[in-house]
Amino acid sequence: MKYTDGNNCFVYIDHDEGTINQVSLELLTEAKHLMKRLKAPEKVVAIWLGTFTDDILKMLGDYGADHIITCEREDLNQYDVMKHTTVISEMIDAYHPQSMLIGGTVKGRELAPRISARVHTGLTADATQIDLDGETHHLAITRPAFGGNLYATIITPDHFPQMATIRPGVFEAKTFGHTSLPTQETFQYDKALHSPIEVMAIEEKDTKRTNIADAKLIVSAGRGVKNCLNLVSDVAAHLNGEVASSRALVDGGIMSKNHQVGQTGHTVRPSLYIACGISGAVQHTAGMDKSDTIIAINTDENAPIFDVADLGIVGDAQAILKQLQKQLDA
Amino acid sequence: MNIAVLVKQVPDTTEIKIDKETGALIRKGIPTITNPDDLTGVELALQLKETYGGNIHAFTMGPSSAKNMLRELYARGIDEATLLSDKAFAGSDTWATSHILASALKKHAFDLVIAGRQAIDGDTAQVGPQVAEFLKIPHVSYVDRVIDYNDGMLKVKKNEEHRMLTLNLPTPALITVLDEAAKPRYMNMFDIFRRSHLPLNQLTCDDLDVSLADIGIKGSPTKVKKTFNKSATQKQPKQTLNPEQAARTILDFIEAKGGQS
Ligand SMILES: Cc1cc2nc3c(=O)[nH]c(=O)nc-3n(C[C@H](O)[C@H](O)[C@H](O)COP(=O)(O)OP(=O)(O)OC[C@H]3O[C@@H](n4cnc5c(N)ncnc54)[C@H](O)[C@@H]3O)c2cc1C
Ligand SMILES: Cc1cc2nc3c(=O)[nH]c(=O)nc-3n(C[C@H](O)[C@H](O)[C@H](O)COP(=O)(O)OP(=O)(O)OC[C@H]3O[C@@H](n4cnc5c(N)ncnc54)[C@H](O)[C@@H]3O)c2cc1C
Repeated sequence: MKYTDGNNCFVYIDHDEGTINQVSLELLTEAKHLMKRLKAPEKVVAIWLGTFTDDILKMLGDYGADHIITCEREDLNQYDVMKHTTVISEMIDAYHPQSMLIGGTVKGRELAPRISARVHTGLTADATQIDLDGETHHLAITRPAFGGNLYATIITPDHFPQMATIRPGVFEAKTFGHTSLPTQETFQYDKALHSPIEVMAIEEKDTKRTNIADAKLIVSAGRGVKNCLNLVSDVAAHLNGEVASSRALVDGGIMSKNHQVGQTGHTVRPSLYIACGISGAVQHTAGMDKSDTIIAINTDENAPIFDVADLGIVGDAQAILKQLQKQLDA
Repeated sequence: MNIAVLVKQVPDTTEIKIDKETGALIRKGIPTITNPDDLTGVELALQLKETYGGNIHAFTMGPSSAKNMLRELYARGIDEATLLSDKAFAGSDTWATSHILASALKKHAFDLVIAGRQAIDGDTAQVGPQVAEFLKIPHVSYVDRVIDYNDGMLKVKKNEEHRMLTLNLPTPALITVLDEAAKPRYMNMFDIFRRSHLPLNQLTCDDLDVSLADIGIKGSPTKVKKTFNKSATQKQPKQTLNPEQAARTILDFIEAKGGQS
């Protein structure tokens, strides 16, 4: 689709029966910052599919939405890639947004490409930084490729909306303290929607939902501590933190995939990240180097993890974790 | 069950080098492999064929060197292989790549198209879903397991962040697979010898129903403006301490930073 009269940035709000995924709030905040930098400021428009309430309106406004377009159909309360592609593409056709941001969750990475193919536009995957390009003010979207070894800045100059997915934790969600509520409008879509995909069963993965993407403190385990993971969890618990891990332990079947930090795992930005026995491969650091503070413990003084650490300790992580446990207990 | 598998030849990422001056990738002399998720896709196709019968056809878009990869896939047991290669395809982004792949797939009738979740070079995970959209068939990404195939219905497990979904979808359909979905088998010498000489199909732009305006750099909605390495971060001093001192230092540091402990 070609650009016509669009003058706003769509943010897809990912929610599960009304519970909003944090990444969508992060994107609202980032979109707000971006729109403010435009010569002619544009609106941040939250896209909501499913049952809508005033509480949601207020919350989306707090995090940066100026306007909300809703399609309040009960059959949209649950995400479905086919139905959501159809409704969102119809909205794009009706409103001609300049840009559209979608959280880089499993859902978002399934949905966004399908939409971009339907409306014929460019999609940049896993953006880590969004700037405005020179005079044109196109989005200049930077993303890692080649397992984090290379960064590319991508623009979509002739097609609209300029689309991007962004992983959770890449941007920060902040409230703006609005004086007025965002405006709202309903997108009437009355045609029947059916999806051939049928959900047969849903199993929650862990009894304790790990949400390392939101954690303030993370103790992260690598191959170097695979024999003392109980110590890692114990110290994490003492510090009120969560346990995460490198891919080495996930591939080894020792930790579940949702603990994985890095290029192909979660992107995290806690106040404190303690890396124990992690070498610091770029695919790992791509997911944690935005943490406020990083402590690294490794026996190898040349381990690359020390390059991103604010405090680097050369030593045996097992012995140090034992001491930490002891001193925290005291 | 007739299955199409999408496979991409990728550089062995751990060995990738970048020209310090230009920031461009040095592809010359870099060993290539079949994208790991795509080997999973091939293996899954082989297992499905063993259970449900049918035919496996691999498609790749790439330079003519990708023929070697297709020969290896013959040795693994696929029935047919097609290389889409043309100067006009070069520089295609995911939209254009998917458009080209879908045009080739449209010439056949497949029950299932299997793509890898993600290629380890471009890393976008976009091609599978986009091909499905161009083919106007349903798709499920992040498939962890195919449970069964009955009366044209495919039952799969999808791996989301916090939950596993069991989904039914009617074929024709497309899935993108995670490496959990199947473990590639070892090739035996006999098959390598016997099968890798099977003929390859080769298609160019002229064989497909695509317009030049929709492919290659020109037909790609996204443009790579620049590429660069992440600037090296400053080295911080490292300390070698005995465990007790180390633990004390860490706790002092945490306290100084905001007192989590
Ligand atoms: C496409 C791609 C995507 C990837 N995605 C990810 C990703 O998302 N996340 C990720 O983590 N990785 C990812 N990887 C893998 C990554 O390249 C590394 O292989 C992985 O991070 C290594 O994990 P590790 O540091 O735990 O293990 P290793 O590299 O084996 O390092 C173990 C470290 O422990 C140290 N050590 C050993 N004993 C001790 C001890 N007693 N005390 C202290 N230190 C000790 C060693 O010195 C070493 O540095 C990806 C790779 C590719 C190619
Ligand atoms: C640094 C860099 C950044 C880029 N960023 C973007 C971007 O943000 N957006 C964008 O649209 N394009 C981007 N591209 C272009 C993109 O890499 C190419 O279009 C590439 O051909 C396909 O994308 P991918 O490698 O990400 O594949 P993915 O979408 O990750 O691949 C998923 C699966 O699709 C199948 N597949 C992918 N390519 C082929 C193929 N050639 N033949 C057969 N099957 C295939 C395989 O089954 C594979 O496992 C970028 C390229 C570079 C060099």
